[in-house]
Amino acid sequence: MKPASFDYHRPQTVEDALGLLARFGETAKPIAGGQSLGPMLNMRLARPRHLVDLNDLVELDFVRVVDGVLELGAMTRHQRVATSAEVRRAHPLLAAAAATIGHYPIRQRGTLGGSLVHADPAAQMPLIAVLANARIVIGGVGGMREIAACDFFQSVMTVDLRAGEIVTSVRFPVLAPNAGWGFRLFSRRHGDFAMVAVAATLALADDGRVADLKVAVGGVASVPFRIDLDASVFAGATPTASWIEEISAHVAERIAPEDNALVPAEYRRELTEALVRDGIKDALRNTQVEAA
Amino acid sequence: MSDKRTITLTVNGTTREADVEPRRLLSDVLREDLGLTGTHVGCEHGVCGACTVLIDDKPARACLTYAVQMEGHEITTIEAVGEETLSPLQQALHEEHGLQCGFCTPGIVMTFEAFLREMPDPSEAQVRDVLSGNLCRCTGYQNIVVAVLKAAAVMREKRP
Ligand SMILES: Cc1cc2nc3c(=O)[nH]c(=O)nc-3n(C[C@H](O)[C@H](O)[C@H](O)COP(=O)(O)OP(=O)(O)OC[C@H]3O[C@@H](n4cnc5c(N)ncnc54)[C@H](O)[C@@H]3O)c2cc1C
Ligand code: FES
Ligand code: FES
Repeated sequence: MKPASFDYHRPQTVEDALGLLARFGETAKPIAGGQSLGPMLNMRLARPRHLVDLNDLVELDFVRVVDGVLELGAMTRHQRVATSAEVRRAHPLLAAAAATIGHYPIRQRGTLGGSLVHADPAAQMPLIAVLANARIVIGGVGGMREIAACDFFQSVMTVDLRAGEIVTSVRFPVLAPNAGWGFRLFSRRHGDFAMVAVAATLALADDGRVADLKVAVGGVASVPFRIDLDASVFAGATPTASWIEEISAHVAERIAPEDNALVPAEYRRELTEALVRDGIKDALRNTQVEAA
Repeated sequence: MSDKRTITLTVNGTTREADVEPRRLLSDVLREDLGLTGTHVGCEHGVCGACTVLIDDKPARACLTYAVQMEGHEITTIEAVGEETLSPLQQALHEEHGLQCGFCTPGIVMTFEAFLREMPDPSEAQVRDVLSGNLCRCTGYQNIVVAVLKAAAVMREKRP
């Protein structure tokens, strides 16, 4: 398995990278960690004539918190997202999810931007971006634009990115300090892409009733998505075990997973129900830890 | 467009030159151009871990890296580990029967040499999480886990 021939470019600035990508148009592809593109090149599922290496663009590898927004550069490696004290403080759910991506050596190379653009339907970073209402910052020779994560992901491995554009950073609203969170995934082998992944955040009011609940699911449709929870089901509820059962059944009803030979739709639905249940329990547990 | 070019690599502290096309995998350049056949190749798509080397001291798949990308970076391969005597990790793998055919072993050693530097006192669960990135068809993994934990203990003791 060897890639088809390509020409290699190693720009030193974002501006130069954008210039090269604009010049070569559809015949070029940026390479970040190479942990998804590498296999595709080696298997010749992708055959770009020009590879534009983003690895020298150190200005795209950063973590900062400004005005309640955690901003991460596109070239930030999964390992840094998983272990950075700043990310763990500002968005512990994002850090926890990043720690489950693939395996240790994969996380040393793979990047946040690459994961979002690769857009595997079961991938962790797209799921958290959608749940958290993150905004994707995109650069092109014509200038910058910003788009909501839920609009960025269009279909399986298809995102709203035009030839010549790159993702430069991602903005996550900081998770409210009183919010609990849960992240659960199931895969047959440790480190494989998830069959189903679930993320949840939960905030309680002072009286212990539910003030806010968000749940997102990956691996059950062409893109990860947030479940539009009917406020009447959760708002003001006391988070009892039966309430958690009700929410997870509700989510399982709202999805329409595809049926295939390896994973029957019914199995994916039951898995989703179980993961939502466990994810909300985790969220509840760590709100209480925060509260205590 | 894909002409060969001369690239300069730093491998195990030595500067080496190779004439390669940009599409050449780092794993192939190490093995075929530089004669460093300790880095093994199993799957060429990142799954098996056999080709794991260190890039700037961090473990990475040599099969998902193009050699041309590595100019200016430091590569460490299994040939640099235990040159005189076995490293504590290699010694523990030997004592605990952590290998049989040895095909997977270079990748496992490189992964854990780096991991144990970052995490000198790992839990068994952490070792198992990291080991998930390396396939071994012989050992059943149990003895590798035992060996890594033993190596960690030995290395901690040796520290001042
Ligand atoms: C064995 C193995 C297991 C894995 N398991 C998981 C898993 O469980 N979960 C998971 O989410 N992922 C998994 N991955 C994939 C990994 O997370 C990748 O790191 C990620 O999907 C892509 O990131 P990258 O930086 O490696 O991007 P690359 O592979 O370099 O690029 C991926 C795509 O994004 C484009 N691209 C990259 N950066 C940019 C940018 N800034 N702007 C525009 N386009 C860009 C490239 O052109 C390419 O199309 C696994 C990979 C391997 C090899
Ligand atoms: S050969 Fe590189 S991971 Fe299998
Ligand atoms: S010892 Fe044979 S593959 Fe691991």
